[in-house]
Amino acid sequence: MDTYSLLREIADSWVLLGLVIFFLGTIVWAFRPGSTQVYRDTADIPFRNDDGPLIDEGGAGGAALSEDDK
Amino acid sequence: MWNYIKISVLGLVTLLAAIAANYARDVPYMVHMIIVMLVAAGLFLWTVRQTEEPAGPAPIGYMDDVIRAGVAATAFWGVIGFLAGTFIAAQLAWPALNFEWAQGYANFGRLRPLHTSAVIFAFGGNALICTSFYIVQRTCAARLWGGNLAWFVFWGYQLFIVLAATGYLLGATQSKEYAEPEWYVDLWLTVVWVAYLLVFLGTLIKRKEPHIYVANWFFLAFIVTVAMLHIVNNLSVPVSIFGSRSVQLFAGVQDAMTQWWYGHNAVGFFLTAGFLGMMYYFVPKQAERPVFSYKLSIIHFWALIFLYIWAGPHHLHYTALPDWASTLGMVFSIILWMPSWGGMINGLMTLSGAWDKIRTDPIIRMMVVSIGFYGMSTFEGPMMSIRAVNSLSHYTDWTIGHVHSGALGWNGMITFGALYFLTPRLWNRSGLYSLSLVSWHFWLATIGIVLYAASMWVTGIMEGLMWREVDAQGFLVNSFADTVAAKFPMYVVRMLGGVLFVAGGIIMCYNLWMTATRGPAKEQATPVMAPAE
Repeated sequence: MDTYSLLREIADSWVLLGLVIFFLGTIVWAFRPGSTQVYRDTADIPFRNDDGPLIDEGGAGGAALSEDDK
Repeated sequence: MWNYIKISVLGLVTLLAAIAANYARDVPYMVHMIIVMLVAAGLFLWTVRQTEEPAGPAPIGYMDDVIRAGVAATAFWGVIGFLAGTFIAAQLAWPALNFEWAQGYANFGRLRPLHTSAVIFAFGGNALICTSFYIVQRTCAARLWGGNLAWFVFWGYQLFIVLAATGYLLGATQSKEYAEPEWYVDLWLTVVWVAYLLVFLGTLIKRKEPHIYVANWFFLAFIVTVAMLHIVNNLSVPVSIFGSRSVQLFAGVQDAMTQWWYGHNAVGFFLTAGFLGMMYYFVPKQAERPVFSYKLSIIHFWALIFLYIWAGPHHLHYTALPDWASTLGMVFSIILWMPSWGGMINGLMTLSGAWDKIRTDPIIRMMVVSIGFYGMSTFEGPMMSIRAVNSLSHYTDWTIGHVHSGALGWNGMITFGALYFLTPRLWNRSGLYSLSLVSWHFWLATIGIVLYAASMWVTGIMEGLMWREVDAQGFLVNSFADTVAAKFPMYVVRMLGGVLFVAGGIIMCYNLWMTATRGPAKEQATPVMAPAE
């Protein structure tokens, strides 16, 4: 079998199946139990840490130092 | 030590560029090598002056200076690109504007790629780079990784733009739409793009937030996919190492398919995925409420990247491309309508409970119109990809109108919104210099787009119908020149739309400049001390 036909055979069967399962899996994953709580927190990320990076773990928010405060 | 390596490399590059300019086989290559030589020599001197200087304390806080440069570059290249577009629109209406003295440099054929690359890669690319640097830092709570590598990305990208633009005017092109730059410019962009990926990934890896916010997923997909598209579509062999000509590796229909696999995914990942990253950050920020549905944004992301990659063949209906391939492209284009509108609904519904802001906040108004145009052009696109519709629309100005309602409406408006959002924050101002100027910009741009899109629909469908019109004996009724003559009024209207859009862009530049230099100052916040480590 030439390379094209071989690759075509693999792409049309297992790779297609794998991609479809992965894609459907992402949708199932988004609706997994408990995801609403997690995503509520994740969706709030843009409203935190506006002024500077978190310097070390546990110092959420307060430990920030922005560039214009130097 | 690092500086000594840089000095030797820069000196070597200067020397090699000088040699290459000397042996150059064509003018664009010579001009480019002289540009490279001057840039490398300038950097050489600059690095020598920096060497052995005492290093200051390691910078902390977000790296915002490179983003400030990016905002300025975006506004600057935007106006240049809009001006070029308006001028070539005038050239189409009045061919006398292809001046005899500028033949071979400033005629339509040379200026058209200058316009498309200036708006897509210079305006859009700078907007993507600077907003992604802004967003990835804020949503990861981490400073950009790689120190001055971010500056390399910024300046390296500007060098790419200058090489590409001068190349078009001087005639160095590999004749691939939206991928015109020749082999050495492509290689340079690859280096810059890998550095961009490293800065972005490095920042993601050292993030302090446990989750990666959805905007970063879109940006990462944009960076990775554009790298893949760029490399595969630009596989070519240079004719000479001292010349700008190259020969493509692919030929015939394979080359066409590779080109439109690249071309449509440049739309999908450069102009859509990357700008959706902007939407998912700036719309919630400006509306001051989180995205409507985070679950929907995850499905939007995966559906978009799984589907877009297959849509390219719809550019090649009724060509040598096998029917199954163009049907595949058509079907995937139509399926793509769903995730696109899912994303549009997600962006618009973020405003639910804050709809009054559309009336009071011109920046939100810009973002909403932008999302509206996203929805409109992602409906129009799948429709035009249907083979029967395409037989009417292809090769007509309808395509041009479709592209511009997406590019001016969606990409332009969301970028303007982002620039208005960023400028006061980056230059430490409490607000913009003038909100009424933002309103002026909004209305000029919106009316400009409407004039543009409407005139191109009329002229596109008209010429499509004229081309296919046959009389009772089966002879074509119209010659090509008849359609050109019939299109004149619409070409004038299209150019007027462009004038309005440029005027809005110039007003924006003035407003941003005034905001940065003498905008209302922010009241001094009490300084927060860093904890001792």
